Amino acid sequence: MITATPRNDLLLMVFFAIAILTMPIWLSPIGAAYPDLLQRFAIYGIFAIGFNLLFGLTGYLSFGHAAFLGVGSYTAVWSFKLLSMSVVPAVLFGVITSGLFAVVIGYISLRRSGIYFSILTLAFAQMSYNLAYSVLTPITNGETGLQLAQEDPRVFDNLFGTAMESGSGIPPTNLFGLEMSGYSGFYFCAVLMIIGFYISMRITRSPFGMMLKAVKSNQNRMSYTGLNTRPYTLAAFVISGMYAGLAGSLLAVTDPLAGAERMQWTASGEVVLMTILGGVGTLMGPVIGAGVIKYFENIFSAFNDDALHEIFSFLPDVLQDGVVAVVGLFVGEGWHLTLGALFVIVVVFLPGGIMEGIGRLSRVFSQKKTIEPTVKTRAQPGE
Amino acid sequence: MGILEVRDVNKSFGGLQALNNVQLNVEEGSVHAIIGPNGAGKSTFLNCLVGRLTPDTGSVTFNGGSLLGITPHEINQAGVARVFQTPEIFGDLSLLDNVIIPTFATRDGSFTLNAWKRADQDWEVREKAEHMLEDVGLIEKKDAIAGSLSRGDKRRLELAMCLVQNPKLLLLDEPTAGMSRADTNNTIDLLKRIGKRGITKIIIEHDMHVVFSLANKVSVMAQGTVIAEGLPEDIKGDPRVQEAYLGGAHL
Ligand SMILES: Nc1ncnc2c1ncn2[C@@H]1O[C@H](COP(=O)(O)OP(=O)(O)OP(=O)(O)O)[C@@H](O)[C@H]1O
Ligand SMILES: [Mg+2]
Repeated sequence: MITATPRNDLLLMVFFAIAILTMPIWLSPIGAAYPDLLQRFAIYGIFAIGFNLLFGLTGYLSFGHAAFLGVGSYTAVWSFKLLSMSVVPAVLFGVITSGLFAVVIGYISLRRSGIYFSILTLAFAQMSYNLAYSVLTPITNGETGLQLAQEDPRVFDNLFGTAMESGSGIPPTNLFGLEMSGYSGFYFCAVLMIIGFYISMRITRSPFGMMLKAVKSNQNRMSYTGLNTRPYTLAAFVISGMYAGLAGSLLAVTDPLAGAERMQWTASGEVVLMTILGGVGTLMGPVIGAGVIKYFENIFSAFNDDALHEIFSFLPDVLQDGVVAVVGLFVGEGWHLTLGALFVIVVVFLPGGIMEGIGRLSRVFSQKKTIEPTVKTRAQPGE
Repeated sequence: MGILEVRDVNKSFGGLQALNNVQLNVEEGSVHAIIGPNGAGKSTFLNCLVGRLTPDTGSVTFNGGSLLGITPHEINQAGVARVFQTPEIFGDLSLLDNVIIPTFATRDGSFTLNAWKRADQDWEVREKAEHMLEDVGLIEKKDAIAGSLSRGDKRRLELAMCLVQNPKLLLLDEPTAGMSRADTNNTIDLLKRIGKRGITKIIIEHDMHVVFSLANKVSVMAQGTVIAEGLPEDIKGDPRVQEAYLGGAHL
């Protein structure tokens, strides 16, 4: 295990920033280097980094984080509608509003721990989802989803005449005049993810982060040591909710609409999968998990039966139909089946996630060079 | 007036009267041992002091203030630290982190949002923690994971976690159980050394060697009541104590 000295952390940070910013280059051989997918890598990376601050450090498993994703999206779209097409207020308000939601939901849910906490967060998220479809329709525009319109007020844009002209249509979202679509959209999200990663690293190494690990390890000991566990867990919950809000507002930045399905339990479950797949409690794991899941989602969900027939066209017709029927279950709409299978394999064989796999491999290679007893190699518990 | 005054404390679990009108007065700076057979209510009594349990009736006054109705972390911040009968440590963390955490708790209080500085570069805290680990003889293992320690080492670690807080009152529930003779003697020496710092201690022990090396005063508990109290040499010969210990096999 690499020790967390300030120097190693700096190296990791530099490596991380370079790796993210050069994604358009090194991801092109696997066909993932187009802005729309890259944006999703960055956005869900942020979501997972934030989720891991709560789950990885304190062990509290929230099953309702998609609520904050949704709140971030709705807030950002409202900011575009009412204030300005600039992404700055949209992102700021998205983060603040989801933070406020997290204070309320966290305050109540954190009265319980373990499975009861998970159920409470799930209940809150499902409530938000249903409210968005029903009584909150004036705010959320119900099933249609919240969209921009030509006649939106956009007070600041009209006041300062900063509206970007794009013919007669709705002006695009922008950062000080730079249009947030395509690669500029990706780089905006990527820079925010790098900042988010840096903050999560600072938190993990800080006394506050150490207290969060103490929460996970032994809450009794913490109390008898004079530490109040409540505000620590609440702070972690709110910070993590704000990351989700940031991710949600970025979804709206790159595609300015918001729908209730963003708050559904499947979206909450997805971030849990990302974090566990990558490696709970590790810094890089959640980002890798998010990338892997979004990449496979993209590939597998694109296949349809016609494409499969093409791939298996070398087989005799009878066999071809059978193979396509079976494989077809795992692709397209059924790609969640692949995801489920992948998840089972990882949890059973690599409870520490992909990061544990990387750790094992690097140990195998380093042991070939120096035969040294590794006293201190203990994998991060998968919890 | 003692630093700790316990009056008429009762606690029952269903039909079982675990504590029955317990009275105890602990002098500041003293080492007060509580002995008694298994199930006498000794641990239950400590639980009532640190807020794990609330007595049914009675009062507990520490340093002039009541310890009843306040939370465990407030009790600790008031200056009471406890070593448990089954070690309570942070099993997933390194030994050093285990000691750093209470050091922060004492310096920065029950909650601080110190999320930007590096914990391992807070030299004041770190040096204090490393020094403490040295005192209990665990410094070589400072990077090991606490959960992997032997039972005796876990106890010493927990003792270090309490001592580093420099409490006014230290409660020790069988601090040498599970230790070898040599480790027991080391622990006695350590407790004697810190005795010079003036920490008041309540120590529960079955090992009479430990009791008679450390205690200024001994209370004997049986069936939830203090049945005798006095200087160690007086207690040794007390017939009621011999009786409670079934013929005095332990003495
Ligand atoms: N939480 C509880 N619920 C029910 N009964 C309890 C509880 N805690 C303790 N008891 C009972 O109260 C009595 C006193 O237990 P306690 O642990 O205080 O004894 P002790 O003097 O510490 O014994 P030992 O020397 O074995 O540690 C015992 O009969 C025990 O079974
Ligand atoms: Mg006991």
